[in-house]
Amino acid sequence: MTTTAEPTTTPSPEVGKARVRKEDARLITGRTRYTDAITPQGTLHIHVVRSPLAHAKVLGVDKSEAAASPGVIGVYTAADLGVESVGLPCAWPITPDMKAPQRPLLASSTVHFAGEGVAVVVARSAAEARDAADLVDVDYEELEPVLDMEAALAEGATLVHPDLGTNENATWVLDSGEAGTGGRIGDAIAAAEADPDSVVVKRRFRQQRLIPAFMEPRSCVVDPSGEQLTIYAATQVPHILRTMTTVTMGLNESKVRVIAPDVGGGFGGKIGVLPEEMLCVALANKLRRPVKWTETRSESMLAAHHGRDQIQDITITAKRDGTVTGLDVHLLADMGAYLGLVGPGVPILGAFMYNAIYKIPALKFSCTNVFTTKTLTDAYRGAGRPEATFAIERIMDELAVELGRDPMDLRKQNWIPHEEFPFTTVAGLTYDSGNYEQATAQAVEMFDYDGLRREQEERRRNNDPVQLGIGISTFTEMCGIAPSRLLGSLSYGAGGWEAASVRMLATGKVEVTTGASPHGQGHETAFSQIVADQLGVPFEDVEILHGDTQVSPKGLDTYGSRSLVVGGIAVVKAVDKVIAKARKIAAHLLEASEDDLEFADGTFTVRGTDKGKAIQEIAFAAFVAHDYPEDMEPSLDADAVYDPENFSYPHGTHLAAVEIDTETGRVHLRKYVCVDDVGTVINPLIVEGQVHGGLAQGIAQALFEEANYDEQGTLVNGTLVDYTLPSAADLPNFDTAVVSTPATSNPLGVKGVGEAGTIASTPAIVNGVLDALRHLGVRDIEMPTTSQRVWRAIQEAQGRSTQQTPVDTHSPGAGLGSIDPNNPQEEEVQ
Amino acid sequence: MAQVRVTVDGVNYADDVEPRTLLVHYLRERLGKTGTLVGCDTSNCGACTVHLNGQSVKSCSVLAVQADGGEVLTIEGLARDGKLHPMQEAFNEHHALQCGYCTPGMIMQAVDLLGDNPDPDEREVREGIEGNLCRCTGYQNIVRAVQSAAQKMKPGAAADTPAPASVAGGGN
Ligand code: FES
Ligand code: FES
Repeated sequence: MTTTAEPTTTPSPEVGKARVRKEDARLITGRTRYTDAITPQGTLHIHVVRSPLAHAKVLGVDKSEAAASPGVIGVYTAADLGVESVGLPCAWPITPDMKAPQRPLLASSTVHFAGEGVAVVVARSAAEARDAADLVDVDYEELEPVLDMEAALAEGATLVHPDLGTNENATWVLDSGEAGTGGRIGDAIAAAEADPDSVVVKRRFRQQRLIPAFMEPRSCVVDPSGEQLTIYAATQVPHILRTMTTVTMGLNESKVRVIAPDVGGGFGGKIGVLPEEMLCVALANKLRRPVKWTETRSESMLAAHHGRDQIQDITITAKRDGTVTGLDVHLLADMGAYLGLVGPGVPILGAFMYNAIYKIPALKFSCTNVFTTKTLTDAYRGAGRPEATFAIERIMDELAVELGRDPMDLRKQNWIPHEEFPFTTVAGLTYDSGNYEQATAQAVEMFDYDGLRREQEERRRNNDPVQLGIGISTFTEMCGIAPSRLLGSLSYGAGGWEAASVRMLATGKVEVTTGASPHGQGHETAFSQIVADQLGVPFEDVEILHGDTQVSPKGLDTYGSRSLVVGGIAVVKAVDKVIAKARKIAAHLLEASEDDLEFADGTFTVRGTDKGKAIQEIAFAAFVAHDYPEDMEPSLDADAVYDPENFSYPHGTHLAAVEIDTETGRVHLRKYVCVDDVGTVINPLIVEGQVHGGLAQGIAQALFEEANYDEQGTLVNGTLVDYTLPSAADLPNFDTAVVSTPATSNPLGVKGVGEAGTIASTPAIVNGVLDALRHLGVRDIEMPTTSQRVWRAIQEAQGRSTQQTPVDTHSPGAGLGSIDPNNPQEEEVQ
Repeated sequence: MAQVRVTVDGVNYADDVEPRTLLVHYLRERLGKTGTLVGCDTSNCGACTVHLNGQSVKSCSVLAVQADGGEVLTIEGLARDGKLHPMQEAFNEHHALQCGYCTPGMIMQAVDLLGDNPDPDEREVREGIEGNLCRCTGYQNIVRAVQSAAQKMKPGAAADTPAPASVAGGGN
């Protein structure tokens, strides 16, 4: 059957449309399946007995009372399960001589952080397991905790892992002088010191420890009742988890299936291979029953990996005219007690971003990773890049102060002008596209930069108790992790490609599988839009499948803003192959030469005629397979694996207006404007949502959140009472916009958006806070810049005593929500 | 064991429960109402929010036995006759959710808020939902959605949208 191609109006492209999300229909009605909702018949539940001490010898574990408790199937230590020698994987040995301790499923002889598992209880119900866990009696001999990174590196320090002989995990260096990508930093500093027309500015910044705090606690169910062991897990990385489980537990990879059902957020916090997951595997194999673990929120705060926690020593050199001549970065990064899956590499991901959008002739980055007796750290939204962006954007402001320059002008003087792209940086990366002038011009206008500067002047002149600060962050990031060869050169244990398959069903509907496994990002909607355009089929006819290693067997999952930039391009490549196959069949059916066929809006037409075949008709023809070319298989289906050749480099200009009540120290974020260039926008609604959420997390680092340990090494923010996530009442509306210079490194021109808001916003806020207070003598305030810290900084700068006020470390962030400290009677009790 | 008789999403149940059983665990584990979620153990996150006798409650801070003789509405019972509640529609329309984990609680709380205050300004919405944490959205689109639902639910706004009180029992 040949259709006559009627002159139809071209359907408007899907890409760029603010489609509401497909995935919402289930989520807004409660028709969901987060892992904890999965309980096969006969499921046993575990609860982990955790050490309350940071560092201690385990002298004995008395299980008798727990074992006799109602509903308890068994109580096990590592020895009981025969897993003492099993170590959880670290996939990123950043240097050949990196020191890596064994990270056990359960501690045997020594516990290394408060929250580490010592034994596991298996029971009929979760409640019975939890009750019995309280009855396990562990005899500890306390050891000295190791909490301070600098002290940990000092001669004679208590060692977290004595067998390693040191608390230093590794030191990693990037030196533009050595690499030949720029000058030598030593020369730049010496030259600046010798030159009266140059300045050297040194600062120390602290990246406090953060907790990812995804809303869905981690959970897994391991079901041994099939040929394959099925692991359901609240994970960002089902494919990595499958491979790593088999390597860790010595299983056959083809005997393991991992399913990530609905996953309630991750932000890097769910990329791990967890001791609890491996315990469930061991127990399911041993007991031959499904075994389930769901953590409590308090366990999650204590034992799920944390993020950030670095000390950053930054030196910048510049000519008095403002030209930056060098940047020296030295970091200490707290790994915690063990190495997470990519933990040691997290600071390294930032190494290439310290020079940011600026032309800096000499760069040296060196990072020493340190073991302490704290919860391990690993990826958290931005992973290395927020730290880098914070440091460079803060030091640019400090340099501006030193030189008496407007901080925006100083940035303009040093950034890469748009006509110089593609630009190879001092860190050796090639930025393919960008236009910092355009994003900044738009942001400055939306913000009313000049008007706010005038208001600031006025408030200063009038000694207004409420001072105004303007914070700037002009950032870039590297997204789309990552070119596999580059990862190889960084000794990462895997590649950075992504896989996709496209299946044309007999009825013309399209099934697409992706190896990028979403947990809130809206892959199903965005990828459907891409496929609808490329293949010329209705949006509704495209189904995106993911998150099950039986359905999408190949993939490297979701992190590092890679889903669209790598996974989305893999989908495009697979669609290209489908179209190429369809073209052959179309030519055959239309009795035309392939070269004479045009493909548009889902239909092949013979140039210059009205003969055509729709892609759906060709799919049906391939299905019945009665008539197709001899030199091909009767199928349109195709797989693709896409390995990017470069990162992508979104950028943007973020501006914050911060009001500070100098009498109470209260910081009020009055206005936040950002203009981001994320390349081609597939779905503006989703992009805006990603920016909002990213901003909230970055702002929370600046203002609210910190994971703190006391002198004994106990986490003092172990619940959502003490670890203060911002509520709706703590945040303003953000004024966001996008501009677009399409990426030239991929066919869609996309750059990635998942981490942008988080990376950019933290320095914008802190720069704003300091900008409001510098004229009062305040030089720096550590994050989070809570009311108390701000108030103290003002008092100290003014030479007043703060001795009467105890430092409150337990709830430092304290998003006050609707509570107005000036009008306590208006407090709303929820 | 204690007896609990309760109506959940229009269905009557009579069960023996351990006296310490929390309402949220009863809903999830006994009734299979897994649309209501658990996000914390300190009553901070609001993921578990349902309506009990027409008022929003965090079902992790209510014992199942306290619901005895009462009427519970969860996210799964909010749509009527296959038609979404205007709040559910607004969450979809304004992209007020990403991972969806806070969403059931957030929607139930927002419906309750409009029962108390049918036309809240931005500040009132923010304060009205501050007991519900969302880690994904930055709240802006949630606020938009709630305000947009309020407009749609105004008496006379659209003939086919149910009045809030009849759906949620309001909070009054
Ligand atoms: S589960 Fe967090 S408030 Fe109920
Ligand atoms: S949508 Fe993920 S927590 Fe709100």
